Amino acid sequence: MKIIACIKQVPDSEAKITLRDGQVSWGDAPLVINPFDEYAVEGALQQKEAHGGTVTALCIGPESARDAIKHALAMGADDGILVSDAALETLDTQGAARVLAAAIGKLGGADLVVFGRQTLDAGTGLTPAQTARLLRWPLLSLSGAIKIDGDAIRVERVFEEGRMAVSAKLPAVLSVVQSIGEPRYPSFMGIRRASKAEIPVWSLADLGIPAPEPVVTRLGLVSPPAREANCEMITGSSPAEIAGTLVDRILAEKVL
Amino acid sequence: MKTWVYIDHFKGEPIPADWEALGVGKGFGAVTAVILGSGVDLVAQAAFEYGADEVLLADDPSLADYRAEPHAATLSALAGDAKPDLILMPTTTRTREIAAICAIDLGSGVITDVSAFELDGEKVVATRPIYEGNLSEKVTCAAKPQFITLRGRAFPRPLREEGRTGTLTRAAAKGDALTVVEGYTTSEGGVSLAAAAVVVSGGRGVSNNPALTPPAGMDERQAEAWRAQEGFKLVDQLASVLGGAVGASRAAVDAGYIPYAHQVGQTGKIVAPDLYIACGISGAVQHIVGIRSAKLVVAINKDPDAPIFKVARYGVAGDLFQILPALTEAFRTKLGK
Repeated sequence: MKIIACIKQVPDSEAKITLRDGQVSWGDAPLVINPFDEYAVEGALQQKEAHGGTVTALCIGPESARDAIKHALAMGADDGILVSDAALETLDTQGAARVLAAAIGKLGGADLVVFGRQTLDAGTGLTPAQTARLLRWPLLSLSGAIKIDGDAIRVERVFEEGRMAVSAKLPAVLSVVQSIGEPRYPSFMGIRRASKAEIPVWSLADLGIPAPEPVVTRLGLVSPPAREANCEMITGSSPAEIAGTLVDRILAEKVL
Repeated sequence: MKTWVYIDHFKGEPIPADWEALGVGKGFGAVTAVILGSGVDLVAQAAFEYGADEVLLADDPSLADYRAEPHAATLSALAGDAKPDLILMPTTTRTREIAAICAIDLGSGVITDVSAFELDGEKVVATRPIYEGNLSEKVTCAAKPQFITLRGRAFPRPLREEGRTGTLTRAAAKGDALTVVEGYTTSEGGVSLAAAAVVVSGGRGVSNNPALTPPAGMDERQAEAWRAQEGFKLVDQLASVLGGAVGASRAAVDAGYIPYAHQVGQTGKIVAPDLYIACGISGAVQHIVGIRSAKLVVAINKDPDAPIFKVARYGVAGDLFQILPALTEAFRTKLGK
């Protein structure tokens, strides 16, 4: 089975994100594979282990994004492709989906394309659905309990009111949820293999598509209002007294 | 400006954020509500009562189960014909997919999770969170229809006017189904976290009640699970007195104390209640970003240096197993329940 895991590189989730000179700053925190995309790679590797085949990590980003692909390779992916082009700096989700769909086409298609549920930076969660639409493949979002039998796939999709069992025919586009299992750590052998791996870089010319014109564009950034931090600690001689004072304070705030 | 509001529902059950979106749309003049489903006349009636002037209704057995492709194809066909300037939606797992696909079909774009917006002529300038709410961006969409999904509880809900009616226009469903729905598990229901006015959450601390002795014969793992269950009972009791929902930290979910559906935070649900009570939660960054929009945060933790107190308005440094029952009792008395 041919599996493609789509990944992105983002600032580490522990980074302190601030606004500096109108730009996003993450200080000296490292850039890492988007944490949700580690689940995509894990989900892809689980299917490879169950059914054989290959896992390719596909990433759009600058040269530095090679490290995200290397992480996927160290986890066990067979190869990786970086799509990098100066014209891709201002990419919206529609544009990202067009580039991914073209790259998947250039790879000769796949049986399964796996995404994480969203990225930690923009966090729109739109790209899996848009890629599926461009490929005209079924979309299985927020999937857990993935079972593949021949060309039939069945998943449990998570949604607000619970879960639903959904089936479709391969090829399909998936986004996975955390319940598929914690992403495996890169093995020592995997890290060695990844450090030596050649990662091809494809430009838009290689994909044979023009630079996607962004539809959704950013006008500016704002810091959210700082939270009132002065916490009033409620004390008292008994739990009942503390509780009584606290309830009075809460009711006086008139939020209920 | 031609404004549509897509009414999201699960098997005929609308969500509060639908009406919030309708209220926002009413601010720009006449509003058309779009409803897709099967046997959803009551949803149409509710849309009129919350302010829709027209309802565009595709009522068809093929739309009985929510599936991305037929729902999106139907909306794309309707919007392709009528050419609205703006399509507002509540932000849910379903609308994210529908808007994403329709934007591809119609050569347009989507702005998700919008918490505020203004109009520049017929162009929306929307504010949405990035980096899990650590920053916000202002964005516009250059093509029409502009798909805007609104964050729940970020906009006021209009009053319901019983018996109000409007123009009902029936529309055809469009096929395109690529998936089959085999069944549902909805037992994790209860009050929806994202829509809840009050959320009471438990963390790892809820399993540490020293006063409890687990039943004989349990191994260490079983005893921990039992302790966690006993602890979450206290969280649950406080939540039910307040008519609220039960949340949990990632640590509590990872430890298996409570299903993932209850997780609040970066990798769980983003909540925006009027009152958030954190019990035995230390306050990791991942958790804090999930409660940034809460109006009032109260924290109970035995460690007075826990980071959760840095974002709380009121705190109790104490034993939650004593404080929680007392708090439940005090609310019950003072709210007259």
